[in-house]
Amino acid sequence: MASKKIILHFGKDISDKPIIYHLAKDFGLVFNIIKANVNPNKEGTVVLELTGEQYEQGLEYLESEGVRVQPLAEQISRNEAKCTSCGACTAICPTGALYLERPSMEVMFESDSCVLCQICLKVCPVKAMEVKF
Amino acid sequence: MSIEKTYAEINEKIRSGKAVVLTAEEVISLVEEKGVSEAARQVDVVTTGTFSPMCSSGVFLNFGHSKPRIRMQKVWLNGIPAYTGIAAVDAYLGATELPEDDPCNSNYPGEFRYGGGHVIQDLLARKPVKLEAISYGTDCYPERELETYITLDDINEATLFNPRNAYQNYNCAVNLSNKTIYTYMGLLKPNLGNAHYCSAGQLSPLLNDPYFMTIGIGTRIFLGGGIGYVAWNGTQHFPGIQKDAEGNVYGPAGGTLAVIGDLKQMKPEWLVGTSFLGYGATLTVGIGIPIPILNEEVMRCVSVTDRDLYAPIVDYSEAYGQRIPGNLGYVSYAELKTGKITINGKEVPTAPLSSYPKAREIAGKLKNWIQKGEFLLSEPAQLLPSYRDQIIAKTLDIKGV
Repeated sequence: MASKKIILHFGKDISDKPIIYHLAKDFGLVFNIIKANVNPNKEGTVVLELTGEQYEQGLEYLESEGVRVQPLAEQISRNEAKCTSCGACTAICPTGALYLERPSMEVMFESDSCVLCQICLKVCPVKAMEVKF
Repeated sequence: MSIEKTYAEINEKIRSGKAVVLTAEEVISLVEEKGVSEAARQVDVVTTGTFSPMCSSGVFLNFGHSKPRIRMQKVWLNGIPAYTGIAAVDAYLGATELPEDDPCNSNYPGEFRYGGGHVIQDLLARKPVKLEAISYGTDCYPERELETYITLDDINEATLFNPRNAYQNYNCAVNLSNKTIYTYMGLLKPNLGNAHYCSAGQLSPLLNDPYFMTIGIGTRIFLGGGIGYVAWNGTQHFPGIQKDAEGNVYGPAGGTLAVIGDLKQMKPEWLVGTSFLGYGATLTVGIGIPIPILNEEVMRCVSVTDRDLYAPIVDYSEAYGQRIPGNLGYVSYAELKTGKITINGKEVPTAPLSSYPKAREIAGKLKNWIQKGEFLLSEPAQLLPSYRDQIIAKTLDIKGV
């Protein structure tokens, strides 16, 4: 059975729940955490490889717990010709992958810290953030 | 002895390649080192810059006459309506105009991916733009409908005319409510989750001429990558000095400019179609204004730093929309630029909407043009109202019928 890569978005109200544990214990799913950024009382993101007989039931469980599930896109990139370094993304990017270099105030993108939540695609005023599937 | 220079003297130095030009960022350390008087003696021009979303922007277009002629009653450019309540083939395309079938915020938050500002940028990129026009037909203008493609070079005039640009200062926007809001100041996270500001601070044109001693009608400027002019004061031009309830002074705010220029010599990297999630479409405009160092007072003003300039912190979840007076305090641009500030005892991450690197680039380009003798300063035909004129903002009363 092929494993699927998905992104889980946690609201801060459920960031302290042992959700991944229940995926394994209650649904017998095999998980492999690729990236995770979950902190108490903060919105969190987990990128996960998931496989098992009860995959669909596992997804239903996640959604019932208020986790937003999104298929994994392969890569977010920044179109450097389009980016104007305005900075509008930098206080919204949940992991600090998009940040301002100081004192130059240039916007930087550290793709290793990106958890593919794709909020930057929506908030970038000049649509400089791109996704490749 | 006090220093006095005229526009003519400064222009003569520019022509002979001897003018000393610094950016508003570079001049700070010179003044700190040598003092205002010596700096005023040495420097002839200080250049400023800003690169920000400026909604009150747009372009007057004249398409030329078709055969048979049409008195255009309604036109669309790439599906974006333009105003045609002027002569037969003239139109004004506004930066925030949207397609008539845009879902807007009925699909909340709307994305507003393409609007008037994007058409302006496509014209500048020399892309063909679809022009549709309809009319009722007259004896002299018989055509009732046309559809064609135009480019910027195909049409007679394209005059950028922005009724309100280059805001002297701006709010620092926050959200005190418990849900995410989508504003023209970007996405604001609940419970003071972030704070957005929008000014080039120490590089910003009107923060470097706070009392309108040099900028006026006819001032030649960098506009959208080409040359433009200050046409008038901007709409909502209410120059003033910010004060809190205790009477503490927090620097200038409230001035605006109307600017004009030939779009055909501007560049798509300096007029950029822009979208704000849940708010709308607009245009990011690059403006740079040279400030002639006429005297020491002008030099003192251009030596202002981010430590001296303040933005009022305003709640956009309620206070802004409901026009509730007051604010949550003032914060300096130096503090805003560190990436975090403290509001009501809470540490809040900050982010700009105005590109400081691009502002610096504009000030540098303008400096370069002046140093090469390609750009002369123009003496204003008339200066603009300043804080001394005490212009009071009028509000709109909803009156019963």
